[in-house]
Amino acid sequence: MSMVRENETGLRVDGQLERLKLFGLSSPALLMILFVLVLPVGWLFYVSFIGGDGQFSLENYERMLKRRSYARIFSTTFEVSVLTTGLCILIGYPLAYFLAQLPARLANLCMIAVLLPFWTSLLVRTYAWLVLLQKKGLVNDWAIALGLWDEPIKMVHNMTGTLIGMVHIMLPFLILPVYGSMKAIDQNFVKAASNLGASPTKAFWHVFFPLTLPGLFAGTLMVFILCLGFFVTPAVLGGGKVIMVSMKIVSNIELFVSWGAASALGVVLLILTFAILLVASRFLKMDQIAGGGH
Amino acid sequence: MLDWLKKPATETQITHGQRLWLYVLAVIIMFLLLAPTLIVVPMSFSDSQYLEFPPQTWSLRWYENYFTSPDWMLATWTSLKTAFLTMLVATPIGVLAAYGLHASNVRFVKVAYTLLITPMMVPLVLVAIGVFYVYVQVDLLYTITGLVMAHTILALPLVVIVVSSGLKSYDMSQENAARSLGAPRWKAFLTITLPQIRFAVVTAALLSFLTSFDEVVVAMFISGGENPTLTRNMFNALRDQIDPTIASISTIMICVTTFMMVLAQMFGQKKNK
Repeated sequence: MSMVRENETGLRVDGQLERLKLFGLSSPALLMILFVLVLPVGWLFYVSFIGGDGQFSLENYERMLKRRSYARIFSTTFEVSVLTTGLCILIGYPLAYFLAQLPARLANLCMIAVLLPFWTSLLVRTYAWLVLLQKKGLVNDWAIALGLWDEPIKMVHNMTGTLIGMVHIMLPFLILPVYGSMKAIDQNFVKAASNLGASPTKAFWHVFFPLTLPGLFAGTLMVFILCLGFFVTPAVLGGGKVIMVSMKIVSNIELFVSWGAASALGVVLLILTFAILLVASRFLKMDQIAGGGH
Repeated sequence: MLDWLKKPATETQITHGQRLWLYVLAVIIMFLLLAPTLIVVPMSFSDSQYLEFPPQTWSLRWYENYFTSPDWMLATWTSLKTAFLTMLVATPIGVLAAYGLHASNVRFVKVAYTLLITPMMVPLVLVAIGVFYVYVQVDLLYTITGLVMAHTILALPLVVIVVSSGLKSYDMSQENAARSLGAPRWKAFLTITLPQIRFAVVTAALLSFLTSFDEVVVAMFISGGENPTLTRNMFNALRDQIDPTIASISTIMICVTTFMMVLAQMFGQKKNK
């Protein structure tokens, strides 16, 4: 009897050791993240509380509250993020719907339109828009030739250019999870609804659309969070007129070598991002967000 | 054609004709998604300073500019080296982590998983300035080692997500069978599990290559000196003026990406068979 019990405990201890060993396999990756992510960000956190005299102070955060320019930067950041996300939903949802209804072969072909830009360098796409939207660019030339407008319009180095570029870059992040959730829907639900007499519109809004909400939510969240910290596209297409938080952080370091101010802004941005994620994770699982809602 | 318009498009009996607006809209959106990137390709072969489309006279002068410039060549080498090494580092440690977390179910697996995908959520600018500061202290600034380490943590979330989902559709009892027949765990993993999740691993490797190759913000801060990346130099050039040489570099980058995607697709197709 006692030997059986001893064996049992022995097996359990062995099993636990084994699982710990397996867990240990993730240690190289975790150590890497500790050294290259947690340590640097932790240090920034510390620096944000150090004042100009080298003592602990809240001056970096106070400055953010006092100066009007900072309020403007935060409101611009939100404006760009909200508009980009909204436009992505308006443009991305119909396209995802279209793709989800195509026969597999055709859908795969059309999917290239989403995936090719997705994997093309961000910088290349931003550059392409810069070329297309400039005053002597293709869009102005063609629009004037077609008689849409008479004078070349300034579409780049301002808010318009930033939004066009951002929407183009963020669209796949919205389309992919939405498409995934649409493909997972059992078509019998929609069939049943129309059998029971629902009009196509009604079947869509009452049956189909609610079932796509998890994907839509995941995509929206991803786009919004990426927008909040975005740098390259607004920096190039905004031409200094659209200043977002991330750009202010960079200029604080590059121009003013002011680590305190930059860190404090970074900390606020990070906390904002995590707060949104935390609230969202009450409704969605974390890997659903990261894995694109599948 | 007219018949087709009257045919039902879905189970709800809505006809193709009634949904014509959706098709038109979708085609326009797909065009707008693809065109801007692709239009750079013919433009890069233009002889003019002003990037016309269609080009009036064709020439390879911007390619010549690129291939004969020591600065651009140095940057290209740095980028390729970094991307390749990032792939070699991020893939194995990411696969190990994904496998370890999948097989072990100790309490902190969830925490570890979340930590592994955090680099995706942290604003890049923050990573960039933080890493910049730390690298100055430990003398890793402007080195390939430093770049590879930073790009590795950016690629890790993708590797972990892709490989984890690969493992989810794999039946672990196959590995257990091998082990009960006497194979040590590592051997069972290498000979039984790894071949079955190879598509996920290859996809993960390609994604980590591209992540590093395309990365701008972190490279802007921690690459430079003898090791500037292509993206860093491109970004700096973009801020100054519209240099047509960038069109030729962009074209080459589009080719690299497309090539990678075709590779990934080929592996994915085999999986479906």
